[in-house]
Amino acid sequence: MNTEMRPGSADIKKVIALAGNPNCGKTALFNALTGGRQKVGNYAGVTVERKEGGLVTPSGLKLSLLDLPGTYSLDARTPDEAITRDVLLGRVHGESRPGALVAVADATNLERSLGLVLELKRLGTPVVLALNMMDLARGRGLELDIEVLSRELGVRVVPTVAVSGEGLDALLDEVDRLLGMEPGSAQPADPVGTGAAGCAEGLAVRGRFKEVDRILNFSVRKAIAPTLWTDRIDALVLHPFWGALTLAVLLGVMFQAIFSWASVPADWIEASLSSSGAWLGSQLPEGPLQSLLVDGIFAGVGSVLVFLPQILLLFFFILLLEDSGYMARAAFLMDRIMGRVGLHGRAFIPLLSGYACAIPAVMATRTIDRPRDRLVTILIAPLMTCSARLPVYTLLISAFIPRKAVLGGLLNLQGLVMFALYASGIGIALVVAWILNRTAFKGDKSPLLLELPTYKWPNLKNLAIGLLDRSKIFVRRAGTVILSLSVLLWFVSSYPKAPEGAAEPAIHYSYAGKLGRAIEPVLEPLGFDWRVGVALVPSFAAREVMVSALATVYAVEGGEEEAQTQALAGVLAANWSLATALALLVWYVLAPQCISTLAVVRRETNSWKWPLVVLFYLTALAYLGAWATYRAAVALGLG
Amino acid sequence: MNLSQFIKGQAGMIAAVTGSDSDPITLRLMELGLVQGSRVELVHEAPYGGDPIAVRVRGTLIALRRSEAARVEIEAASTEVRA
Repeated sequence: MNTEMRPGSADIKKVIALAGNPNCGKTALFNALTGGRQKVGNYAGVTVERKEGGLVTPSGLKLSLLDLPGTYSLDARTPDEAITRDVLLGRVHGESRPGALVAVADATNLERSLGLVLELKRLGTPVVLALNMMDLARGRGLELDIEVLSRELGVRVVPTVAVSGEGLDALLDEVDRLLGMEPGSAQPADPVGTGAAGCAEGLAVRGRFKEVDRILNFSVRKAIAPTLWTDRIDALVLHPFWGALTLAVLLGVMFQAIFSWASVPADWIEASLSSSGAWLGSQLPEGPLQSLLVDGIFAGVGSVLVFLPQILLLFFFILLLEDSGYMARAAFLMDRIMGRVGLHGRAFIPLLSGYACAIPAVMATRTIDRPRDRLVTILIAPLMTCSARLPVYTLLISAFIPRKAVLGGLLNLQGLVMFALYASGIGIALVVAWILNRTAFKGDKSPLLLELPTYKWPNLKNLAIGLLDRSKIFVRRAGTVILSLSVLLWFVSSYPKAPEGAAEPAIHYSYAGKLGRAIEPVLEPLGFDWRVGVALVPSFAAREVMVSALATVYAVEGGEEEAQTQALAGVLAANWSLATALALLVWYVLAPQCISTLAVVRRETNSWKWPLVVLFYLTALAYLGAWATYRAAVALGLG
Repeated sequence: MNLSQFIKGQAGMIAAVTGSDSDPITLRLMELGLVQGSRVELVHEAPYGGDPIAVRVRGTLIALRRSEAARVEIEAASTEVRA
């Protein structure tokens, strides 16, 4: 294959674009043409994902290939469709108008996917049609006269199989030919095809389908057979009872994987980071530099990297479900339940991802196409109990909740409290969604209108490429923020230094200590003293830092981590009332205490407004919740 | 009769999609293949009350809620239900 990536080379000038329906195999074709190396970002000013890669055509032309968002038409009713249309017309600032267009159609679904090709043809850009997934279509008995199809469509047609590379050379030959043509020799742009005439749109859609039927009538020699496999799987998977059960089992496996399998590599990462941090510490002279590297950077970056295995596994499952075609079915099954509180069926998976970490959850909302639905999902995603809360929950539960048998030994009280914490997170999220849909986001209920694609075996290479992309985004976005904040937090908790012969632990004298004492009057109604305040400051970078911050404040000496946590639990039990502990647990269920989440919300919504909204509404909720819990507990005599 | 009244297994020809030609939902239904003259069959009903539904039209399976399906007018609906 003549595909070679030249990242960043200045001689890439001409841009060509890929356009097609969702689920037509466009991404697989893009990966095959570019060798999978690609630049993923956003279009300027909007949150539509932009993917670009490089390739070299048989004639030696270096091209930049743009993967446009999947779309059913160019009528531009969603941000994705608007971007696709505007890029094709050269209307997007900073994007050059593509010199040629590769339309991608699903060969197993010609009746539906050729409509867009007719629209693309009218834009005035030279077009070649890649008839993708041709192997599957042949396997189902489709016999097609490509020559007749080309003639009737008025566009060269090249059958392709993206996953095996079949037809790609022929496709690039055709791109060469299109780019070599005289400018303006393609069909002129037609204003009707650009969505300018509103009232004619319905007529235009009907007209396109009629035209598609006419063309297929000429070119199809033997019609494609229905997909027996998809029907058989759906009979189980979409069954009112068995379907719901299958979904529950799938989710169970996913959770099991995320929480138990991921802990093996996570422990390994943690151990190697802490031992290399210790090694580095022993190599450097004691002093500010050593402290910055070991306690600031290593500890801070480590706290993010530890989540990488979980996040990779989570994305692996999400990609697997998406590529195989199951994801749309999960949305279908969950729509009724989610719809009760005004959420879209598709919000289900992002919210579920929130149990691992809010960052991938916010990123995963990209599968929701209506901006309003996406925003509501982003706003409630931080309420899902992410795994960073787990160390804090574990510490406080082991310190304050007795291991008492409940229901005749079937359950124990500690487990029950843990469950209650998880359940209250989702419960409150649903209430917030319900309120949002009746207040700030009042308006039309969003329709559920989605295609349930034919099942396909996920392609491992495409899965790996997708996984790499998303983990890069995660490490880059969260890593940069966490790194700089870790340094900042290290600084405020280490300086100024404690005076000689100081009676209190060093953190007492630092800026963090001063800040903790300064906010004490605000925290006092919640039953928190300045020590809790000091620990809350660094936990803003990552929740689980709370545990080590508390250990520092109460001067619990190190040693084995487990022993340290146990010792800390003992100290906390001696120092705090149960009311304080419960209030702090409620605070942790609700507080937006993770700066990386806010950073990713800022990135995904492209505005400062929404991260600030998240920060304020969750802080208010946490404050009220903790206050009410503390007061109620004191009134019950637990103070 | 309209598509929202279908039960599982029922099929028919689409007579019209109601609503203004510039209405986004009407247009989206049409783009997904629910256009006049296409044959549509209800193949799946979601748990908890049979809504949303999944219909087969123009070789594709489309999921939609019954509230939107009400816009799809049907002629010559089959009375017999395929097992």
